[in-house]
Amino acid sequence: MDTFLQQLINGITLGSIYALVALGYTMVYGILELINFAHGEVLMVGALVALTVIQGLTGWGWPAPLAVLVAVLAAMVVCMTLGLAIERVAYRPLRRAPKLAPLITAIGLSIVLQQVAALIWGRGYLSFPAVLPPVSVVWGGVIITAIQGAIIVLAALIMAGLLVLVQKTALGRAMRATAQNPAVAQLMGVNTDRIIAWTFVIGSGLAAVAGVMVAAYYGVGNYTMGFMLGLKAFTAAVLGGIGNLAGAMLGGLLLGVVEALGAGYIGDLTGDFFGSNYKDVFAFMVLIGVLVFHPNGLLGSRAREKV
Amino acid sequence: MVRGQASFLLEAAGIGKRFGGLRALNGVSLALQPDTITGLIGPNGAGKTTFFNVLTGIYRPDEGTLLFEGQPLPMGQPHEVAARGIARTFQNIRLFANMSVLENVMVGRHVRTRAGVLGALFQTGATRHEEDTILTRARELLDYVGIGTQGERIANTLSYGDQRRLEIARALATDPRLLALDEPAAGMNAAERARLGDLIRRIRTDGTAVLLIEHDVKWVMQLCDRISVLDYGECIAEGTPQAVQNDPKVIEAYLGVGAT
Repeated sequence: MDTFLQQLINGITLGSIYALVALGYTMVYGILELINFAHGEVLMVGALVALTVIQGLTGWGWPAPLAVLVAVLAAMVVCMTLGLAIERVAYRPLRRAPKLAPLITAIGLSIVLQQVAALIWGRGYLSFPAVLPPVSVVWGGVIITAIQGAIIVLAALIMAGLLVLVQKTALGRAMRATAQNPAVAQLMGVNTDRIIAWTFVIGSGLAAVAGVMVAAYYGVGNYTMGFMLGLKAFTAAVLGGIGNLAGAMLGGLLLGVVEALGAGYIGDLTGDFFGSNYKDVFAFMVLIGVLVFHPNGLLGSRAREKV
Repeated sequence: MVRGQASFLLEAAGIGKRFGGLRALNGVSLALQPDTITGLIGPNGAGKTTFFNVLTGIYRPDEGTLLFEGQPLPMGQPHEVAARGIARTFQNIRLFANMSVLENVMVGRHVRTRAGVLGALFQTGATRHEEDTILTRARELLDYVGIGTQGERIANTLSYGDQRRLEIARALATDPRLLALDEPAAGMNAAERARLGDLIRRIRTDGTAVLLIEHDVKWVMQLCDRISVLDYGECIAEGTPQAVQNDPKVIEAYLGVGAT
């Protein structure tokens, strides 16, 4: 039982991060029906920018909490600008091209971003400074570290904020209108190009925060870190029903929990034949399972009617 | 007909639009007067909906000019056309189907909204005040078209006739000077048509000109102040319902077939 609860906490932590990244995929897909495969790389850039900023500032003697705050803000600004540039340079010119073209661009862009990051930060694993003291709460045999608590609480706040933004504000209304029918939204005076740009900016901001979280959680950053994480977050988005915000959140949490429980129990289940490093297998098995039995994802509706 | 330069709300001159080898619009010229209901009629494939799409910026015409309130209309820029004061509905209803009735109308206010994205992110006082104004105006418009009690429902759960009314309310939310209705009475029974006619007359009385496409000639003739007839992508007649009904060209092209 202790193992179960412990893995549940670990899973929720990981799942919160997946959910933040999955939101970026699902928002862009909801509006453009485009899978932005460069999204994981935006996350990686965010993590590495934060890493550099923290190292620099603490090197100058800044107190750690202040350095972390500045680093997160810097990562968000860089990633939001990057997201805006990606949309403008790589996707907008292909808005009317066949669907496959922007998909290829996305993959190409992802490789370019990785290689540029490798030039800037090198190919090694960079250690991410401990941003929170290694304290933890022990609660009924379950250990919750400070960083886990911070990730879960911060992610929950950000997601609640995003839901309010999308459901209750004029910008959110324009985003939903653009997602449902861009041509009609334009006739209502919605500048859809601007809404699409903001979607990329917001998604990239979420990715920046998620990047800092994951690097701080594992204590390491690397130019390839966005690849697998991006793939899993994409899996989470599909799992929840791509294009659906609540689905991305649910899918992210579920995937994190399944993965953690899988890692916790796989040894027992297979008589130690498979170890916990097979945990990724669970993530993708879940994806295949959901796609076979519920192709639109857990909260996805049937395919929208398009103009 | 006397043409005074500034007295027209909309002047289309020589509008042409081709799709491959098909000439959908072949030099359409027509003029709309302010404060009138104008019917745009013509056989199937005459180019009526294509003209609407050019007018509202969905299509960029290959040739011709559009003057709205004496100024050239931006071509192929739907959100700028909306800002200039032209709104429309669709032949096949195109609501934001998964949004509430009220939200559909609120999206229509977007074009008259100032508060930017940063205001939305940080919920400034100005943004909240504007949001309240939008909500109030949206409720008024739902009452105006007669579906005031349906605001919280999801748009695609409304009855067919109410969905058409909602499209009109959403279009009116943009504060148009010209409201373009593409077959607003399609699929309605006689009683519903009569009520819709009353609503359209009220919209005109309240200062918005109406241009409508309709196939029910009888209904159009008694509703409209002016009629323009399209055939094979050209405007072949323009005038009062009586004049148009008696125009030999129109009778030949259109009314001659079973519409007496």
